[in-house]
Amino acid sequence: MLEFISRMLGKENATSKNVAKERLRLVLVHDRASISPYMLNKLKEDLIKVISNYMEIDESTLEVNLSQDDKEVALVANIPVLKMKRDFANK
Amino acid sequence: MGEVIVVTSGKGGVGKTTTSANLGTGLAALGQKVVLVDTDIGLRNLDVVMGLENRIVYDLIDVTSGNCKLKQSLIKDKRFANLYLLPAAQTKDKSAIDPEQMLKLCQELKKEFDYTIIDCPAGIEQGFRNAIAGADCAIVVTTPEVSAVRDADRIIGLLEAAELYNPKLIINRIKPVMVKRGDMMDISDILDILAIDLLGVVPDDESIVISTNKGEPAVMNKASKAGEAYRRMTDRIRGEEVPLMNLDIPDSFFEKFKKLIGMR
Ligand SMILES: Nc1ncnc2c1ncn2[C@@H]1O[C@H](COP(=O)(O)OP(=O)(O)OP(=O)(O)O)[C@@H](O)[C@H]1O
Ligand SMILES: [Mg+2]
Repeated sequence: MLEFISRMLGKENATSKNVAKERLRLVLVHDRASISPYMLNKLKEDLIKVISNYMEIDESTLEVNLSQDDKEVALVANIPVLKMKRDFANK
Repeated sequence: MGEVIVVTSGKGGVGKTTTSANLGTGLAALGQKVVLVDTDIGLRNLDVVMGLENRIVYDLIDVTSGNCKLKQSLIKDKRFANLYLLPAAQTKDKSAIDPEQMLKLCQELKKEFDYTIIDCPAGIEQGFRNAIAGADCAIVVTTPEVSAVRDADRIIGLLEAAELYNPKLIINRIKPVMVKRGDMMDISDILDILAIDLLGVVPDDESIVISTNKGEPAVMNKASKAGEAYRRMTDRIRGEEVPLMNLDIPDSFFEKFKKLIGMR
């Protein structure tokens, strides 16, 4: 009975508009998750520059990519470390 | 120098041709010199919507391939002496025209006309690239549906990649009854998602079908709600600040009661 009344009076959340919005949000996360090869290269170069301040890395096997599953998009980087710099501040 | 405006959407059938015809006619009614260019090669439509289908001699590709002079190809509108149509080719191959030729054509038209309005074909292929090649700014048309908004988002990205920044959005075919029921995304939902400026909203309206039947754009019909929406848009294009059309449906007694007891 209570459910009937609240249906009569209209619940906001289950409306098809809200379903549409949520589906759009998810699909656009995926659609927008593309990066041009040019941008990806710039990103790699910048990453190498920053990380090299702290450690020596293997630039030739470095991998950076956008990865996605159903729920989210992530920037995944695999950066082989050749040598760590000495951490003076820590001593 | 005039302005070249391309009307795009990504998804087909959402109202690009209807928008082009109405904005073009509306701007002409305001005294502007306007040319409409149909770039939907093989699926020519704008001539029919404008009621000019019987006057076509030459087409867009006749112009770009040098078969005729630009002036010869322009069809004068029935109602306004300052409004012209450059029709698409119906039988020729799409690849008969390229972006460079379109750019040159637009530069010519800009010298003559205050507004050059380009009706873009559906899709993101060559036809799209041709249509945007000479544009100074873009209008993106969508309907309040998931697929149309998604495609609009993609188009906005592609326009940006082509250095056409700040496109303006038109939300077409809004059904106030469905919006009120919560069964259709409303203006703020869509603006939230696409994050671009709104040029206007057009209700789903029978008068569009009727005016297309007759070949007389709804913008000329004072009694048409959609026509009113287009008139407001042309005023905005001319730089006036005009409020959005009120498409809300007044609350019934029962709904007022619901609000009163805090159910909504
Ligand atoms: N606001 C509206 N109310 C009712 N009908 C509409 C409205 N806008 C467009 N239509 C109808 O929708 C159909 C498609 O419109 P139109 O041809 O303008 O779309 P389009 O985007 O140019 O399509 P295409 O991608 O095939 O070129 C037409 O039959 C038109 O009459
Ligand atoms: Mg069309």
